[in-house]
Amino acid sequence: MSLKKKGLSLYLLLVAAGAVHAETVFVTLEKDNALAVVDPVEGKLIKTVPVGQRPRGIAISPDNKFLYVAASDDNAIKIIDAGTLKEIGKLPSGEDPETFALNPKGDRLYVSNEDDSMVTVIDVAKKKAIKQIKVGVEPEGITVSPDNHWLVSASETTNMVHWIDTKTNVVVENTLVDPRPRAVSFTADSQQLWVTSEMAGTVMILDAKTKKIIKTIKIEISGVTADKIQPVGVVIDKERNRGYVALGPANRVAVINAKTLEVEKVLLVGQRVWNLAFSPDQKRLYTTNGTSNDISIIDLDSQTVTKSVGVGNYPWGVAVKP
Amino acid sequence: MTNQPGADLHLPEGRRAGQPCVNILHYWRAMWGIIGRELWRFVTQRERFISALVRPLIWLFVFAAGFRAALGLAITPPYETYILYEVYITPGLIGMIQLFNGMQSSLSMVYDREMGSMKILMVCPLPRWFLLLSKLLAGTGVSILQVYVFLGIAWFYDIHAPWQGYLWVLPTLMLSGLMLGALGLLLSSFIKQLENFAGVMNFVIFPMFFMSTALYPLWKMKESSVLLSKLAEYNPFSQAVELIRFALYGQFNEHAFIYTLVAFLVFMASAIVGYNPSKGMMVRKGGG
Repeated sequence: MSLKKKGLSLYLLLVAAGAVHAETVFVTLEKDNALAVVDPVEGKLIKTVPVGQRPRGIAISPDNKFLYVAASDDNAIKIIDAGTLKEIGKLPSGEDPETFALNPKGDRLYVSNEDDSMVTVIDVAKKKAIKQIKVGVEPEGITVSPDNHWLVSASETTNMVHWIDTKTNVVVENTLVDPRPRAVSFTADSQQLWVTSEMAGTVMILDAKTKKIIKTIKIEISGVTADKIQPVGVVIDKERNRGYVALGPANRVAVINAKTLEVEKVLLVGQRVWNLAFSPDQKRLYTTNGTSNDISIIDLDSQTVTKSVGVGNYPWGVAVKP
Repeated sequence: MTNQPGADLHLPEGRRAGQPCVNILHYWRAMWGIIGRELWRFVTQRERFISALVRPLIWLFVFAAGFRAALGLAITPPYETYILYEVYITPGLIGMIQLFNGMQSSLSMVYDREMGSMKILMVCPLPRWFLLLSKLLAGTGVSILQVYVFLGIAWFYDIHAPWQGYLWVLPTLMLSGLMLGALGLLLSSFIKQLENFAGVMNFVIFPMFFMSTALYPLWKMKESSVLLSKLAEYNPFSQAVELIRFALYGQFNEHAFIYTLVAFLVFMASAIVGYNPSKGMMVRKGGG
């Protein structure tokens, strides 16, 4: 009897522990015009809901109530209720929105308008575009520093990152980087900016004060030809211990020691890995694998890929709700 | 050879050679005699130990490394995500260790027959099936030692399975080792001379190994030839490899288990018949 009780309490404990870590992963499916909802702890696709034409970039509001999805062929950013997954509105993004960034407060949303070489600033509460900022040709990667000081936009053809002051919405400085910069990401302390170069196969670490490159990390993988190593998405953990870079058609994620700025190892994931997102406790990392139509789950304690879960056609962006 | 049947056997008092032995202790002693002899042989023949390890390690370090990028593997059970080719062929190489070990045992049987020590074994007053089974267990024990050393080296090469897998794989290694050993025994009853072992290499080991799931998954083989994939599917070696592969990841492959078990029973029964002087192959060979 006591054994049974013990077993039951252990089970409840495990369930409770599972509940604590329960989170939901949202993945945009570019070719299915849908949003996949995944339980990453169980490693299962829960459901798929329609979300507009050609959904790509995705972000979640700081209060975790709303999802913002760039519906490229609808020329809008959809606002989705993160609980009911119903569309509750849209933001005027300009033409063909792909990537965008939300500021830490969640009241401003910045969209890269690739075809117009512009960044559109949107007031989220008023659902209005309040400014368009001229940047380099083909802006793609975009991010806001956690201290809300800098908005950074990377232009793929000009090969520059543009530093925009969020107070004035004016480009203050430009830094020349390696060809075809794709993604940009700040460290949690806002001191460094990491930029990936798709064509050079590099990750550049920039100092946010000097706006200069501190180090360029060339990513090489034995057995994989250099043309396949195309760094795209990049994220850095809160403690600034490690950064993770999605390597596109190399089908791998590079693990970079954020202290020594050296590549520690590479992890095999699905095909054409593009975007990355941490779990809220930063114990897991989720990758969207475009051509193998799945996401891979990486356990960050053991630094191993534990599971890949099929989600639908062309998974593109990923956001996590605690 | 000059050895007389039963010359150096320690027969229990009051027993004559050929008389069935009922005391379980005698079974025990005989079994340990055979296993001990095999283990002793294995330990003292360091070259054999090293060569048994070098073979799969070359496949792992050289062959698999060369094919790492060439083969993209889709996710198939028991794997839950994408794996490198080295990870895929590791269970296949475990099977290879056991396959070669089984054949090596059969080679040693032929050698024993040529040298005359086989006669000593065969006139032991215990049932023939028991002696053959003991011989088989001895060979399987040796192969399991080799497998764990191989897995240990593979660990340092970043090929990791869940720790439970290393325990689960033990009983499956017993069964797969017995099955492949029984096949070796069966073959050894056919082989007249040591020189014929080359034939075993060409007609048994190579086709069995290459026409299996050890090096490539079935779906990959199906892309080029459906017939080949069918042959691989029915190859008992494939089933043994799949049994090991699943066990290494803490899963039980029931189909592979039953297939391997049945194959073992068939091979073993045939080997026992093959070693029967009045019925089997021994008659044709003039009693070996």
